[in-house]
Amino acid sequence: MAYFRVEKLVKKFGGLTAVNGVTFGVEKGEIFGLIGPNGSGKTTTFNMISGVYPPTSGKVVFRNREIQRMKSHRICHLGVGRTFQVVKPLGRMTVLDNVIAASFSRVNSMREARSAALRTLEFCGLSSIREVLAKSLPIAGRKRLEIARAMATRPELLLLDETAAGLNPTELFEAIELIRKIRENGTTIIIIEHIMHVIMTISDRIHAINFGQTIAEGTPKEVAANPAVIEAYLGTDYA
Amino acid sequence: MKKNLLPLVLLAVLALLPLAVKSNYFLHLMILFLLWVVIGSSWNVLAGFTGQVSFGHAAFFGVGAYTAGLLFQHLQLSPWWGMALGGFVAVLIGLPFGAICFPLRGAYFALASLALGEGIRHVATIAENFTGGMMGIMIMPTFISKVPYYYIALALAVLSVLSIRLVIGAKPGYYFVSIREDQDAAASLGINTTLYKNISLSISAFWTGMAGALYMNYMGFIDPNVVFSLHDYSVMAILVAIVGGVGTIYGPTVGAFIMVAFQEFFRTGFFGLFEYLGEKTGSTAISALGGAVQQAHVLGFGILVIVVILFLPNGVVGDWEKIKRNVFRINQAG
Repeated sequence: MAYFRVEKLVKKFGGLTAVNGVTFGVEKGEIFGLIGPNGSGKTTTFNMISGVYPPTSGKVVFRNREIQRMKSHRICHLGVGRTFQVVKPLGRMTVLDNVIAASFSRVNSMREARSAALRTLEFCGLSSIREVLAKSLPIAGRKRLEIARAMATRPELLLLDETAAGLNPTELFEAIELIRKIRENGTTIIIIEHIMHVIMTISDRIHAINFGQTIAEGTPKEVAANPAVIEAYLGTDYA
Repeated sequence: MKKNLLPLVLLAVLALLPLAVKSNYFLHLMILFLLWVVIGSSWNVLAGFTGQVSFGHAAFFGVGAYTAGLLFQHLQLSPWWGMALGGFVAVLIGLPFGAICFPLRGAYFALASLALGEGIRHVATIAENFTGGMMGIMIMPTFISKVPYYYIALALAVLSVLSIRLVIGAKPGYYFVSIREDQDAAASLGINTTLYKNISLSISAFWTGMAGALYMNYMGFIDPNVVFSLHDYSVMAILVAIVGGVGTIYGPTVGAFIMVAFQEFFRTGFFGLFEYLGEKTGSTAISALGGAVQQAHVLGFGILVIVVILFLPNGVVGDWEKIKRNVFRINQAG
């Protein structure tokens, strides 16, 4: 049995079927890429996994436990962390306070939460800007803060939703380094990414969807060569 | 330690005040100020720190006051028992309200809280057999001197501000502010947003109810239009916090002082200035103007709030650095 899997996941918003029967499994310690054109249902899938809303039908199974009906905060406590594509910094709090708030999911005392938060900031390379208000961070800082905050909840499985979008080449390189470091730490990662360079270099396996349905799954090489994937991204002329 | 110095000095001054000040009028104003410290700070926990704006805090205040009054009316218990129970009864009103209305966000929650305050006011008016309706409840004050009331109000203010400070500096405080800043992000960080909104509401309702119970004991008379008043309590609580500084620990304390002073300034016609001028000049126009000013304190509040929002959007405490900077610049120029 896979460490984490989704089975025949369906989400309908009124007449629109955003996700239509997606199934995949992720092994412990893997970096699993989820790709697809805009509007193909990637973020909707993440939202169902992390409990933002329940699926219309289908299952989400994490460590042999069905979590598709659980609330977000329960799922977080079980060990599934996430970042948001549209970043959600706690604006009028400092970077440190953002991460302290997240650390309180595992400890209760202020002293422990603070020291855990400082370690997380160090790990994510945010120590130098810890007293900055989150709302005044540039986009790269905000994306990194999303990761730091999710890491502070000590996830076993981390969902990264386009954490590399909007970064310049140097920042991109640093982001890839950070994601690798998180995996070396023992965290399993599912990553949504549009930047092919990122997803192709770091993923062990990739799952491609279009119009809410699976079109391919395999190693980065296999998926990149798959005609259905090329068609979804570039149109039939290039397939 | 330096951070705590100013509140401690202030506390010492307040504790010694009745030794120096014998005027009943002045002590009365100070008691009102202390009551507003409690109500404003309570409102600030729910709205300022947790982001759930309430237009219905009169509900909790009035329920606290009626708890004290009704214990006396029906059970012949000392209304001081209201001080033990008033806060808890306010929480009992608050929790079902929270369970029903916390799924609402932003303005919708604020509207629901407005309905809570107004709804309870009508219930208290209509349920005549239980509450006495518009006849209200009258009790004999326990003390003739204002000094005991002053110290009880001071204790209540200190306990409420101190407990709120402790909560805000710890895990619940971080959770409240996280919910205020982004509820979805908060949930993704393992925060049970419904639970913590209800905790925040309970703290807020509890201290507001306690203030209400003290009000019953101190004033000796309540009726639904007094203690469930939308503009005298629900809106005033908001003004106290906005003027002092929403989402700051000591903002409502400063705001309470400013608002009580401001209200009294208008109520007395600029501390009798108009009356004095009217007598000196023999002009009836000035005397009449003085009368108008006394009626105009609500207009004064309006102008004060507009000025604060324009120039000190974070309130006096929230924008204290800005105030210091500007005053300093003026001094340099001078």
